[in-house]
Amino acid sequence: MSPALTTGVLDPRGPVAANTYQLLQNATVVMLALIVPIIVLTLVFAWWFRAGNRRAKRRLDWSYSGALEVVNWMVPLMIVLFLGGTGWVASHALDPAKPLPSQAPPLRIQVVSLDWKWLFIYPDAGVAAVNHLVVPAGRVLHLQLTSGSVMNSFFVPQLGSQIYTMAGMTTTLYLQADRPGTFPGRSVQFSGDGFSDMHFNVDAVPASDYDAWLARTRASGTRLDAGAYSALSRPGTSVPRDYQLDAPRLFQTILAASMSSSSSSPH
Amino acid sequence: MLGKLDWSAIPTDQPLPLIAAGIVALGMLGVAAWITRRGWWTALWKDWITSVDHKRIGVMYVLLALVMLMRGFVDAFMMRSQQAIAVGGAKGFLPPEHYNQIFSAHGTIMIFFVGMTFMVGLMNFVVPLQIGARDVAFPTLNSVSFWLTASGVLLLNLSLVIGEFARTGWLVYPPLSELAYSPGVGVDYYLWAIQIAGVGTLLSGINLTATILKMRTVGMGYMRMPIFCWTALTANLLIIAAFPILTATLAMLTLDRYLGFHFFTNDFGGNAMMYINLIWAWGHPEVYILILPAFGVFSEVISTFAGKPIFAYRSMAAAALAICVLSFMVWLHHFFTMGASADVNGFFGVMTMIIAVPTGVKVFNWLFTLYGGSVRFSVPMMWALGFMVTFIIGGMTGVLLAIPPVDFITHNSLFLVAHFHNVIIGGVIFGAYAGYNYWFPKAFGFTLHEGWGRATFWCWLVGFYLAFMPLYVLGLMGATRRMQHYADPDWQPFMIVALCGALCILAGIGCTVVQLVVSIRTRAQRRDLTGDPWDGRSLEWATPSPPPPFNFATPVQVNGLDTFWAAKREGMPAPGLPEMPAPSAVEVPVGTGTGFFIAFFATGFGFGMVWHIWWMAIASLLGIAGVALKLAWRRVDETDIDGDAVAAIYTARAGEAA
Repeated sequence: MSPALTTGVLDPRGPVAANTYQLLQNATVVMLALIVPIIVLTLVFAWWFRAGNRRAKRRLDWSYSGALEVVNWMVPLMIVLFLGGTGWVASHALDPAKPLPSQAPPLRIQVVSLDWKWLFIYPDAGVAAVNHLVVPAGRVLHLQLTSGSVMNSFFVPQLGSQIYTMAGMTTTLYLQADRPGTFPGRSVQFSGDGFSDMHFNVDAVPASDYDAWLARTRASGTRLDAGAYSALSRPGTSVPRDYQLDAPRLFQTILAASMSSSSSSPH
Repeated sequence: MLGKLDWSAIPTDQPLPLIAAGIVALGMLGVAAWITRRGWWTALWKDWITSVDHKRIGVMYVLLALVMLMRGFVDAFMMRSQQAIAVGGAKGFLPPEHYNQIFSAHGTIMIFFVGMTFMVGLMNFVVPLQIGARDVAFPTLNSVSFWLTASGVLLLNLSLVIGEFARTGWLVYPPLSELAYSPGVGVDYYLWAIQIAGVGTLLSGINLTATILKMRTVGMGYMRMPIFCWTALTANLLIIAAFPILTATLAMLTLDRYLGFHFFTNDFGGNAMMYINLIWAWGHPEVYILILPAFGVFSEVISTFAGKPIFAYRSMAAAALAICVLSFMVWLHHFFTMGASADVNGFFGVMTMIIAVPTGVKVFNWLFTLYGGSVRFSVPMMWALGFMVTFIIGGMTGVLLAIPPVDFITHNSLFLVAHFHNVIIGGVIFGAYAGYNYWFPKAFGFTLHEGWGRATFWCWLVGFYLAFMPLYVLGLMGATRRMQHYADPDWQPFMIVALCGALCILAGIGCTVVQLVVSIRTRAQRRDLTGDPWDGRSLEWATPSPPPPFNFATPVQVNGLDTFWAAKREGMPAPGLPEMPAPSAVEVPVGTGTGFFIAFFATGFGFGMVWHIWWMAIASLLGIAGVALKLAWRRVDETDIDGDAVAAIYTARAGEAA
């Protein structure tokens, strides 16, 4: 078996993932330019100045050089100034909450982490899905995320940036899949016994297929109302499922629930 | 009567913890039987358990850390085995509720009871000797600190057979660790074990700080202290500043769990992110509490085995102080992914990278200490060179993780796991081994076996690379930490390589044990009568090995850095020797069982709190108060070693040497 190395963040399929991967590569090269010489020098100095080497010129009292001290502080400082500047700019350019450039309005999707499954709500289309995210390829996705349970982290390595889901709080993440394809995603923040099964696939499909999926789900999906949500939020894992959304303000309800006294003790 | 405790607390359905406990119990019985046969109980009680000698306490800390290293490694080995087989439909041999306890226990043990315990042990043993002091500032408190650490260890290990350990990860993040999601006793075991051990650590930090600030010998200005004392000072200042945060944070979680408070709960306006901020406000300084003393060990080792003074001494001290201050300004990089603004993330990213500057300066200074030296590749030096090569790779991945967008794609992945093992194994564990091999002859008067020491080093070095380089790759392939099973078969080959790495490390730990046993059995040939087996530079090497209870018979006069080295070069006698032939008497603190009994009752208190056995908790608190009061009314706290006895210690040694 020869494992395919080009998966995960090494195989970016959207602008966020591609830009971040580029940043990772650039920073790695800059750092390697510093650390490889240091590693080589360490080994060379240690070997050349070994006690038995007659040709080595000993300087056993040499313990200070003003010029070298300046170099010692300046070299790491320059590298860090460069990478720090890069990091500052990148953290603004790749801010997860910053909208991606797009002609069409972004597709709004609300994400809720539950014990131990993912609920995806399409508030404008009136559908929802569990452990299964269908999106039109090429369209900017505007994700709003929260948790109906403990903290999790939403991550699709091939599309880019992860972000935490926290009860009572909303986080925002913009992503985009460039072309059709299936991309694995999962929770990456440990959340309890069912954590390992808390994964899903993102199916990026052509716009027409997406519309067909919406129509099919609206017509034949199970209804997601308060009772169905309550069943979903009980601890357990789940297979992928599609739902008609019966409560368009479900996300706001989940968000508000954690501020009251009633959401505790799911076990 | 027994609170929540009943027979169901014994995990009779799980063979692994019971077998493990059985083996441990048999081992303890074996040791007890051996001690009885040799008739060593009295000596054990008088010379070790009730000893307040900083050297003996240091040795006990290190021994405790080595034992816990094995426990923590067994956990690691089970995790690597599980992940090597649990692919696709396979679920491996550890169910999630067990696996989750294992990785939580592994992290908790390795940070608190291996890394910290080992470093505190080395500082305890070395610092007073290096500054020419007779003991630490508060010897009895030192014993209390050690035994409280041991009490935390005992509680944590009790959870293996009575109840369960936390299933939440080593930092017990709420809301998962709240009663609503973790109703069992696991988190409670964690809370009380860490609180009790944490008090010990804080007291030890205060003690060592006071020792360095107030107990330096004549002429030992701050700029004449060995670098290890500088890094010990900065680490202990960090303990004083950071551990109260940990105590307060865990106390708030305890209030949530025991009294229905809502600091971090999902409901009633609790906010778990407050916990996560606070725990890392302690947690980031904590990693520097671990690594700074290790930096000090490497500075001593590299300078000694290159036969040169440390390069740019002032830079080294300044860099340690800079790291000490900066380490409090970077905590947020542990959760860049919580959705803070780009300004906040950018600021903490830049601050994090700035810490790489003083660290980089230290690396350069070690490099130039080698330059022009006369390098001997003794075992401690092997560890130091292995550190320089390995740690710097961990430093690189650390700077990568400090770039917020890069963190967004690597956080919580096996890339992150590989990074912190790279710096903690490559830095702290290598430092612990270097210090252990370096100061062992000082503590016991004979050297450790060189060949088995080298074997240990190579097993660990190769094992580390095999175990963690695949994890870097896996992380980038999208593999997440803390998974009990996974779907992608492409990950399995890397997991199997990582398991092979763990096997190498297992061999390394085996070599450590063999090295110790072989060295003890051949100690007659390995005896070091000079007290200075490595041609050392600092004051600890001016004493006989093992040093007398009072370290130095007469006050040491220090005239510069490396006073002992200068004295050797000028053919002068070692500083601190007694005035022969008639030395004066030396005062030493008397031993006391205070630490042992306080820790005994602290364990009872913790156990009572975990299981809601309130009478036991209250009785234990009264016990602690009673032991403390008894100490307060003590009449005699010092005893004299008279001049003849002092002379006998030195002449016996000189006689052996002759």
